[in-house]
Amino acid sequence: MADNGYLAAFIMVATVATFATRVIPFLFFHKHTEHPLVRHLGRYLPAAVMALLATVFLQRSASWNNTLPGADALLPAILVIAIHLWRRNALLSIASGTIAYMAILQLNLIQG
Amino acid sequence: MPCFHTAGATMNQSVFRLTLPILFGYLPLGMAFGVLFTTQLDYPWWAAPAMGILIYAGAGQILAVSLLAAEAGLLEVFIAMFVLNARHLFYGLSLLGQFQGAGWRKAYLIFGLTDETYSLLTSRGRSADRAHEQAVDFRITLFNQCYWVAGCALGALLGANVVFNSTGIEFALVALFIVLTIEQYKSLGDAFPVFVGAAAAAVAILVLPPAHQLIGAIIVVSVVLLVQYRKLRNSPETEGARHG
Repeated sequence: MADNGYLAAFIMVATVATFATRVIPFLFFHKHTEHPLVRHLGRYLPAAVMALLATVFLQRSASWNNTLPGADALLPAILVIAIHLWRRNALLSIASGTIAYMAILQLNLIQG
Repeated sequence: MPCFHTAGATMNQSVFRLTLPILFGYLPLGMAFGVLFTTQLDYPWWAAPAMGILIYAGAGQILAVSLLAAEAGLLEVFIAMFVLNARHLFYGLSLLGQFQGAGWRKAYLIFGLTDETYSLLTSRGRSADRAHEQAVDFRITLFNQCYWVAGCALGALLGANVVFNSTGIEFALVALFIVLTIEQYKSLGDAFPVFVGAAAAAVAILVLPPAHQLIGAIIVVSVVLLVQYRKLRNSPETEGARHG
């Protein structure tokens, strides 16, 4: 599986894609910063994309044929939300949720 | 030129103080990425700091681990990374003037425009001396990337050399996206895009195979936001209320 050619191509593509998002405004947008469509997307797109990614990857972390379908991932996710609303410390929220999920999987706390 | 050196050292000290909160954020998050990278994948550990040098994106690199594990196609990699980082498209807009005339520094200032660097550059106090402020901006960006790369390297070495059961550690990605969603919601004060994103993802999960779910959901989100834009444009009353 360790195909270093694939890794090199992957890193190159990821580098170009990431840099593109940072440089495009400086290349093309300087005349359109006040365009209402640009402002509209700037306002709503980031939140929508984050919710989209959270949902897709949450679903992939869950086992749906357990006795409690999806609970192995949904419970840690609820913990992340609760701790983040409580303390608003990103690292604390991420660490608690990840440790909870690892414990559920490794100790088989939710029987399959 | 001792005078020059003293000025440089003073600048480094004040930049270090300014970037200290970012050091405390980037070291552990970079380490989380590094540990994920070496425990989930079979690639050499130094590829993790190399990604920190070249890609330099927190959530992007953590997403990259799961894309690498799935051996995702390069087109999907490009689209996923571009869309995940699409918020950066809107960061540059507010810095166009500030980076003007930065010369050779400008390319690196743009390359290093992460969430954290952006928030620091746009919130710090600035003097009228633009050239000096751009030199400070440059050092802030460089210091931040050094913290990030150090975190990536430390985490990768830790993951490669300390034996522990890492089953489930990939949930860090989900937790990160949940946290970022909450932060976006809080700064926006409007849950509509959160519902649109989650609903688009749910539809994509139900009707598409896993390899096409991200792209499918992104298309649905874009269409909904364009429709919403046209609706708001056609009802000046709502538009006024939104900005009022």
